Amino acid sequence: MTIEFDNNLPIYLQIMNYIKLQIVTGKLGPGEKIPSVRDLAAELKINPNTIQRTFQELEREGVAESRRGLGRFVTSEDEKIMAIKKEMAAELLERFIGGMRELGFDNQNIVKIVAESVEEKQPEEGGHTRGTIA
Amino acid sequence: MARLLEFESVSKAYGKKIALQQITMAIEPGRIVGLLGSNGSGKSTLMRLAAGLEHPDAGKIRILGHLPGQASKAAVSFMPDRPQFEKWMTVGEALDFQRDFFNDFDATKSERMLDFMKLSRRDKASALSKGMQERLQLTLALSRRASLYLLDEPIGGVDPVARDHILDALVEFYEEDSSVVVSTHLIADIERIFDEVIMIREGSLLLQREVEQIRMESGKSVDQLFKEVYAEC
Repeated sequence: MTIEFDNNLPIYLQIMNYIKLQIVTGKLGPGEKIPSVRDLAAELKINPNTIQRTFQELEREGVAESRRGLGRFVTSEDEKIMAIKKEMAAELLERFIGGMRELGFDNQNIVKIVAESVEEKQPEEGGHTRGTIA
Repeated sequence: MARLLEFESVSKAYGKKIALQQITMAIEPGRIVGLLGSNGSGKSTLMRLAAGLEHPDAGKIRILGHLPGQASKAAVSFMPDRPQFEKWMTVGEALDFQRDFFNDFDATKSERMLDFMKLSRRDKASALSKGMQERLQLTLALSRRASLYLLDEPIGGVDPVARDHILDALVEFYEEDSSVVVSTHLIADIERIFDEVIMIREGSLLLQREVEQIRMESGKSVDQLFKEVYAEC
């Protein structure tokens, strides 16, 4: 794993987002074991206490669960994983829309510009990936 | 929780030069603490006092509840900012020397660290590059199973790649129930491994705070905050 950290933001939030991204993209599958605090700390060169806090927060949100003596695992609830995906999409959208409004675009224009941009960037093989996002 | 290290209104002067002024702070177990300050701000003096190598002119220092002395020295592993091995020693001899001096020396850990640091027992200490000497210094300090590690500028004289390796070693070999105090003026490279930072300037304590709290409340990195705090004077 590699993360480009931004020292201006709480590190545990950045690691949380990173792990959520791994889950949403399937790199960490449902029910899969999450690396230990020690391993992840060594890998990311981060203070183990920060990793510990990250995991606690992930557990609190129901993204991860710990099983006594076995370690921590990704939730195996598909609904939860889908919820994370939606939540991450909502954050991206919010940032994007905010930025566009700052540039002076109104709702109609934002929708139009997005539609055009999506058309332009459509993969050549055709749009058969459409509709996979719930 | 019992405090590992406690300073209560500690002051220290060398002749007319005031090194530390009315320092009050405490360090809890299981923390990695950055001791930040520019050159000459009193970082090394604070460490030497905590290590029991010097005595305060005023105020009290307690280590695990004890005054600095024989008992506290056994619980504290200090890495000074200059080599503590002799020129004629090999790496192996420097380690053996450390082992003979301290009961808490862990031979297995020291072998693992040597390996990690790519040091060989046969290397002559004085022939090592500056970066390798720092690695040896760190190996000597972390090979002990102490309660408190005081590391004075462990990344001072090394290039960024070597710096990364030293940080890796710190995270890898630090004991979770002990605490590590790392003094440095190179903050950006190392701030991610800190739980909290202590900033001192001209011998006075400016602040002691959790690093995530700094980021959360100000949206700033520790490095940025440090620069702002120091620019005020």
